Amino acid sequence: MKRILISLCMMAVTAFAAGAQAQSRSPVSDVEAMREMMRGFNPRGQAGLSRLVQDEAQQFCSDPGWRRNKARIAAIEKQQLAAVKYPADGKLMGNWQAGERVAQSGAGKQFSDNPSQPSGANCYACHQLSPQELSYGTIGPSLRNFGKTRGTSEAIQRYAYAKIYNARAYSVCSNMPRFGHSEILTEQQIKDVVALLLDPNSPVNK
Amino acid sequence: MKNPSKLAALVFALSGGVFPWTGAFAQDNTAKGIQQYRDALQDGNPAELWEIKGEGMWKQPRGLNKASMEKCDLGLGPGVVKGAYARLPKYFKDTERVDDLESRLVHCMVSLQGFTRADATRRVFGGPGAAADMEALVAYVTSQSKGVKMNVTINHPKEREAFQMGQKLFNYRGGSHDFACATCHGEDNKRIRLQDLPNLTNKKDAQRAYTTWPAYRVSQGELRSFQWRLYDCFRQQRFPEMVFASDASVALTLFLARNANGAAFAAPAIKR
Ligand code: HEC
Ligand code: HEC
Repeated sequence: MKRILISLCMMAVTAFAAGAQAQSRSPVSDVEAMREMMRGFNPRGQAGLSRLVQDEAQQFCSDPGWRRNKARIAAIEKQQLAAVKYPADGKLMGNWQAGERVAQSGAGKQFSDNPSQPSGANCYACHQLSPQELSYGTIGPSLRNFGKTRGTSEAIQRYAYAKIYNARAYSVCSNMPRFGHSEILTEQQIKDVVALLLDPNSPVNK
Repeated sequence: MKNPSKLAALVFALSGGVFPWTGAFAQDNTAKGIQQYRDALQDGNPAELWEIKGEGMWKQPRGLNKASMEKCDLGLGPGVVKGAYARLPKYFKDTERVDDLESRLVHCMVSLQGFTRADATRRVFGGPGAAADMEALVAYVTSQSKGVKMNVTINHPKEREAFQMGQKLFNYRGGSHDFACATCHGEDNKRIRLQDLPNLTNKKDAQRAYTTWPAYRVSQGELRSFQWRLYDCFRQQRFPEMVFASDASVALTLFLARNANGAAFAAPAIKR
């Protein structure tokens, strides 16, 4: 099983490498790196070896020299934005209280997590949001007063939804997970987090 | 810290419900608590319990061959423990591969003592109520490099290859969250919630981080090896389960250890 997966991955890598215009300067090739990863891990719980198979964006961003390749940056951002699925009912804002719970919870997707429980997003791991929460990280910018400064127009709602759905749509190698694209959060959870950011009654904007 | 009952009481206090572990207030309190313990302990650290146990295990005849580990070659010749860890990982002729301490210990347990590989790696990390022999051996060996300057070389082609592979894996983004080591350890002065993140691509941070592992983890009441550190960061990275002492983990370790060159090794340390 592991062997079949490895050969599948190799096919995937070759396909990407063809389009990658030999951008990587590292003496270790992408194929060798993936092979080493495949050998170095065992599947456990919900975290199978397919987690180690990179999509085009992940592979592109693993090269520290990615910033030089302007054409591919634009191309991948465009493709990621095009893949954003907006809610069918057209409503982009949910309930900010539920959004706060999603932003607080770091559960989900680890091999030690129970996959039948909903995942959180742990926005606070990286961002300042509500002033009441002092335990926030600094990997991302502060989102304090996000809605107060940007407003709640349709355009801003769509931006916030898409950013949370797929951060790479606007910043190709963002350190922020693609919460919708990678199926970490449900559509409803994303709506709720959008409300946390934008709702005038949300503590983020108080 | 030569008084065993005092040490036992301390370990109990550290691993028990002494600190509340939630929220910003607790974080602050914890840092203060650890500092107080550090001061009170002066040169003592519960890691000593693992070091003592590990030293006993090193010298004790074990396995099918009823042999001790005293002929194990950690790179400076059979039986030489002093200073060995500060030069690991490195290439070994007999295995024809780059080994870190843990993969080397497994090699010696198999080749000298006659354990099967499965037996030698059955329990590599301690859990509630059951410490791991491997972490005791690691504590003993690493304690014998205290004060020695890190000096990891990449002269052999396989060492160079491992370094380059380690660098590549450090930047390897994947999984459900698109994380790489570099996501959390690639910039200065970042933190997750309130936990400071060392920038492992910056010499000063890399030195401080690498030379303070293994460590006695106050929050876990366990001594934790560098292999455990990688294993647990990969878990947070949402990757599958890291294979103990795999080539990938050894390559990453060599990359990080080499970036720490020049700094005096200072572990086993005590941490949050
Ligand atoms: C692992 C880190 C991480 C996590 C977790 C994370 N973010 Fe981010 N976020 C970033 C980084 C880094 C940036 C800046 C780079 C960029 O724009 O992508 C960012 C940017 C943003 C922006 C754009 C800010 C602007 O000025 O337009 C928004 C909005 C945002 N994050 C919201 C969220 C929300 C909501 C969550 C939780 C659902 C979240 N982030 C979780 C790291 C993270
Ligand atoms: C999602 C975030 C995240 C990722 C990805 C991550 N780490 Fe960590 N790492 C942490 C956190 C948080 C700590 C601090 C833990 C603590 O203090 O309890 C840490 C601690 C460490 C330390 C010890 C630092 C010290 O001074 O004690 C090392 C070394 C380390 N990580 C290496 C790595 C490597 C190598 C990788 C990739 C395999 C990696 N980390 C991936 C979050 C991460």
